[in-house]
Amino acid sequence: MSTRDEARAAPRAINGRAPDVFRRGEWVPMREHAEEEEVDFVVVGTGAGGAPLIARLAESGFSVVGMDAGPYFRPLEDFASDEREQEQLYWLDERICDGANPIVMGGKNSGQAVGGSTVHFAMVSLRFRPEWFKSRSALGYGADWPLDWREMWGYYQIAEQALSISGPVRYPWGPRRPRYPYRAHELNGAAELLARGAEALGMKWTATPLATVSAPHGRSPPCVYRGFCRFGCSTNAKQSQLVTFIPRALAAGAEIRDLAMVGRIEVGANGRVSGVHYHRDGRWRFQKARNVVVAGYAIETPRLLLASATDRYRQGLANSSGLVGKNLMTQSNQAVFGRMAQEVRWYKGPPSLAITEHWNYEDRKEFFGGYCWMAQGPLPVEWVTIQTSSRGLWGQALRDAMEHYIHQVGLKMVGEMLPDERNRVTLADEKDQYGLPIARITYSWGENDKALIQHALGQMQMSLEAVGATDIFRQEDDTNHLAGTARMGSDPSSSVVNADCRTWDIPNLWVCDGSVFPTTGGVNPSLTITSIALRTADRICALAARGEL
Amino acid sequence: MTDRYPGYDVMAKRWTPSWNEQTRRVVDQRLAVLREPRFFSGAEWRTLNAVCARIMPQPKDRPPVPLPAYVDEKLHMRRLDGYRYAQLPPQDVAWRRGLAALDDESRAVHGAAFHTLASDQQDTLLGRMQRGELTSVAWGDMPCQLFFEHRVIPDITHAYYAHPLAWNEIGFGGPASPRGYVRMGLDRRDPWEAAADRGV
Ligand SMILES: Cc1cc2nc3c(=O)[nH]c(=O)nc-3n(C[C@H](O)[C@H](O)[C@H](O)COP(=O)(O)OP(=O)(O)OC[C@H]3O[C@@H](n4cnc5c(N)ncnc54)[C@H](O)[C@@H]3O)c2cc1C
Ligand code: SF4
Repeated sequence: MSTRDEARAAPRAINGRAPDVFRRGEWVPMREHAEEEEVDFVVVGTGAGGAPLIARLAESGFSVVGMDAGPYFRPLEDFASDEREQEQLYWLDERICDGANPIVMGGKNSGQAVGGSTVHFAMVSLRFRPEWFKSRSALGYGADWPLDWREMWGYYQIAEQALSISGPVRYPWGPRRPRYPYRAHELNGAAELLARGAEALGMKWTATPLATVSAPHGRSPPCVYRGFCRFGCSTNAKQSQLVTFIPRALAAGAEIRDLAMVGRIEVGANGRVSGVHYHRDGRWRFQKARNVVVAGYAIETPRLLLASATDRYRQGLANSSGLVGKNLMTQSNQAVFGRMAQEVRWYKGPPSLAITEHWNYEDRKEFFGGYCWMAQGPLPVEWVTIQTSSRGLWGQALRDAMEHYIHQVGLKMVGEMLPDERNRVTLADEKDQYGLPIARITYSWGENDKALIQHALGQMQMSLEAVGATDIFRQEDDTNHLAGTARMGSDPSSSVVNADCRTWDIPNLWVCDGSVFPTTGGVNPSLTITSIALRTADRICALAARGEL
Repeated sequence: MTDRYPGYDVMAKRWTPSWNEQTRRVVDQRLAVLREPRFFSGAEWRTLNAVCARIMPQPKDRPPVPLPAYVDEKLHMRRLDGYRYAQLPPQDVAWRRGLAALDDESRAVHGAAFHTLASDQQDTLLGRMQRGELTSVAWGDMPCQLFFEHRVIPDITHAYYAHPLAWNEIGFGGPASPRGYVRMGLDRRDPWEAAADRGV
């Protein structure tokens, strides 16, 4: 059996214990709840949004069960140093993609594991530009968030501490922030070239704030620059949710159920939710709960809300606005690649060790939204995907192009795409292995999106030309990260949840993941998702204290 | 074949700190892939072998990476990608239909099965598939260029670049756990990395 089959063969978090991710073959004790016991919270999904919420709620004394469709990995034992094998981290069940610019899923866009997509994310941990929380009123596009950036600044700081972010002493853009808890990582060749290019263009750059430690932390050793971060970190240097908030959650008395796929949220006669139907260990089960939080990310969250429709809520749960599944946003992830005379060997170290956010903070441009770009380090399978999809190469021409691998350099953007109700998640007729309708994901770029992408490609190309790269080509069609299918807002007719991530329609149903974003900004989303989850936990405690849960 | 990194063999690091136990196990399993098809029929298998040999031609001075076997394994084990374009059928249907349609095109144009054609004839047909120019009714409603772009290319090239022989050719460091890298900057090389024979 390959490691991937082992972790998925049977649940591991059972019999009062869960895997100890820091010690081979060892366990940590885990509190367990009976299914007929009405727990305070069931949280569906244990990623960037779910895990911190589970931990903080448990630490505040609530009884919490976190469920995840994915396995409970033991990084030290399960994670092979291999790009292909580690596809085991992704959500690989079928989804159907259409629209003018179908989104590539699988490895590109979502994880399925305890710890969620943070088990394979690239660790880039950035704060939003303050104005993005008021994009509509401050910048003229998208929608305003019901959150205040100053409050978010406080939660970002808590998140950065909890994830031991390594970053620069002074961050060059935006309002002042404290120095990062761990010192910045050294640059690899690809990052040095980003820095030189940015300087040639008169732009600031910095070492990227990353969720991997540059010095020992607890039982995490410092990063050893193996470069397989997006395929699972086998040393635990990476501060994924699996090794940060999940252990905290267990220590505080939360229960985690791995390989537990939630298929339907049950609604009681009073119109409130009463628990979840989930599939684990070969059969369907039911867990009673006073509150249900959906944290399955921007595809699975709307899928579950839509699939839980009842006679009372025919359009799906929490969907009186009709917006569940709509306003799906991904981020433009185009890139420019070239070849250097020097050896770059970009496979060493975390892939994005340097960044420039210049165009996030510069408003003199002819489109809405912003973007940043980062250094790149694709491993061979990803690199051949880029060569074939961007250049149409195959045969001897492809072999020849691949031979320059260690001389390649690249810059990849993370760009803001605007919300559009036509970009959406719906239910297809086709069923998955549990008999649940699979998601159909429809996506087309708007004119603003295209203008932003072209601008970024031009800028990144200039940066590569400035460092003397040759044989430059563009990867025109890549996207990554998801947001927006259960947006937060201050008006029940134009949003699904309020600022506390509580659904407008059903007071004991919550959404806490990337789907609550009304706009997506020009930086990677997960630090913002985690910060919102930390705020939500505080808000739930405050509401509970006032008897308003 | 050009040998850019003479003497470099990722497999030689197998018992060094660059490889841990689970990685050895995974790579061993990959190298031990079954050579006989479990998913494809005889006719499909012959066509697939010919397609693989053109999409990823391999040097004659070593045994080839058994690419058709990896494609067959993926389909036999039902390893999904996590999504598919709406215009494409599920991967098993797509592969069977696509290979049959390619063979059908070949018989229509050359009066012979695809695997019996000369390489340049095969390349011409594959190029037309890539450009969406094949029209046999056997394609059904599946656009041939999407089949090429989303099935043929990734399923074959991913298998190749997941193989240690391919890592040697391009100078990739290969597995790196528990030991990673120390010399990170431009033009720096750790002793356990590939040394190039010549520049670009
Ligand atoms: C290759 C890649 C690199 C990335 N790099 C970065 C980066 O560098 N920086 C950054 O900020 N972001 C990055 N991201 C994005 C980031 O990982 C996500 O935005 C973030 O993890 C989303 O958090 P979430 O809580 O919404 O969902 P996730 O973290 O995806 O967690 C959702 C979890 O819910 C589970 N789930 C879903 N539905 C159900 C159900 N019905 N029943 C049970 N469980 C369910 C899933 O199995 C999953 O584990 C990257 C993403 C990818 C794909
Ligand atoms: S480079 Fe660092 S964070 Fe990435 S996988 Fe290696 S040790 Fe983990």
